[in-house]
Amino acid sequence: MSYTGGGRIVLNSQREAQISRFRTWVLLAVPLAAIFFQVYVPQFFHFLGYLELPLLVVVYFALMRRSQIQGLLIGALVGLAQDSLLGSKNPLGMYGIVKTLVGYFAASVSVRFDVDNVLVRLLLAFFFFVFHQFFYWVMARALLGQQIGFDLQQTLLIGLLNAVVGISLFHFLDKLRETV
Amino acid sequence: METFLNRYRNLTVLLLVIFAQLVLLAVQVKNDQDVRMIRVWTVTAVTPAARVVEWLRGGSIGFVRDYILLHDTHDQNRRLQAELDRLKLENIFLKNELNTADRAKALGVFQEHTPSKTLAANVIGTGAGANAKVVFVDRGSVSGVQRGMAVVTPDGIVGKVTAAYPTASEVLLITDSDFAAGVISQKNQVRGTLKGQGSPVCKVDYVPIGEKVAVGDWFYTSGDDRIFPRGFPVGIVKSVRDGQPFQEVYLEPSGLQRGLEDVLILTEGVHQAIPDQAVANQPVYIAPPLPAGDQAAAQPIAGTEADKLRATYKAVGEAQKHTYGEGPPGTKPPDFTKLPPAGALPPAAPGSPANTPPAPVSAPPQPAAAASPAVKPTPSKPPPAPGIPVAERPHAE
Repeated sequence: MSYTGGGRIVLNSQREAQISRFRTWVLLAVPLAAIFFQVYVPQFFHFLGYLELPLLVVVYFALMRRSQIQGLLIGALVGLAQDSLLGSKNPLGMYGIVKTLVGYFAASVSVRFDVDNVLVRLLLAFFFFVFHQFFYWVMARALLGQQIGFDLQQTLLIGLLNAVVGISLFHFLDKLRETV
Repeated sequence: METFLNRYRNLTVLLLVIFAQLVLLAVQVKNDQDVRMIRVWTVTAVTPAARVVEWLRGGSIGFVRDYILLHDTHDQNRRLQAELDRLKLENIFLKNELNTADRAKALGVFQEHTPSKTLAANVIGTGAGANAKVVFVDRGSVSGVQRGMAVVTPDGIVGKVTAAYPTASEVLLITDSDFAAGVISQKNQVRGTLKGQGSPVCKVDYVPIGEKVAVGDWFYTSGDDRIFPRGFPVGIVKSVRDGQPFQEVYLEPSGLQRGLEDVLILTEGVHQAIPDQAVANQPVYIAPPLPAGDQAAAQPIAGTEADKLRATYKAVGEAQKHTYGEGPPGTKPPDFTKLPPAGALPPAAPGSPANTPPAPVSAPPQPAAAASPAVKPTPSKPPPAPGIPVAERPHAE
């Protein structure tokens, strides 16, 4: 089976949607590594704090597994883990809820799109980053009553950066898929 | 249910996971008042339902209670409505009484200060015709009202008596198209004839072109018609146009502006001077008397030509010791060729049965001195002298 990706964007039918398989350690290690990167590396390189690697990992696994339940579970676990590492002032569940939704919707769209296509990956990574940031902002205001701002222009710019980085990350993670 | 969950398994799992995290979130987070969010959310979620249940319960109880008490409430409502209607009517009655008292007071003041003898009357009806500008007042011949008497209010002239019945009289309003009266402008002493138009506006006719009449000028009765004494306000000019052969002057009658309920019938008119300035409240304004040279116009109404003729014949009869109406048919009449001298004629007594009221004047007005050239009756009540205090002036009846 080849994962090089074709020229198509939309699949003709759901039968063409192939499910990628990963080893268990990959499903555990990669999210942990992304979370570790998220909480540790920006201490030394502040500009890397703009990268949302846990989100990209959730998007990737949800897209590749093409399962809504697995996608939302991955998102929930990664989100809760991220919440847990953000400090005691940050309540558990904020990133968990947002990433649960991201995992669910990413898995939902994966059955319609050729997720091996680079352009699709770029667009989906960009879209879900913006969705993630926006929904987090909504929840912070609605559930926590936090008066935080939402800079759309900055969000779009960082979303584009994350999408570009996601392309490379997704290409790297493709190497970790099981070959049939 | 199981089929439903299997069909929407993914969505169900999503909702469960989201809900679990929300609960987790709510357990941890506290709001500004140090209350955990789960408590806030729970209260927020439960209280609306409790409010709805309480609303339904209260509504049900209230409905049942109201239904049980409906009959009593209905009766009470009817009683209160009837009482409200009665109070409304009473309120209207009292307001009318107050207005009537005000008008009566105004009439009283006017009666007190006008030199003319007046008789207060109430309007009790209007003419039956659609275009008839006629009203009926509750004073008739029993009260001394005669055909031809002027009818006024403190604000101005109203009309004249066209028929006197025993207990009521018919008054032709100045707005009727058959009405005419001599008027004179206050500012430039321009004479004219007031004519009704069948509308709220009256026309001053026979005003020559070139005479200075302007909008806003007041017109007063000139006394030329021998119905209205000189000096009663008539109205204010609303428009002036050049016409052929006379100007077209339209004025708004001042006597009808405040409605027509109480009027004064001039049983004995006395000419007054036209005031220098028109005032809004006529009843309290005492106009100065006529100048000495205008005394001829200040005489009360003396009678008509028929009165003069009757007086002449009466004098002839008395001179020849002849009593009219006596003797059989064929009795020799008095010699009417032997008329007594003009100075020996007795004045025609106003108010005598033969004193026919003067007809409306529709011809162009004449100077006041020429209005009654032959008869100079003795005024029953002389005009007040200048400088006499109001309290000392002769009062009307």
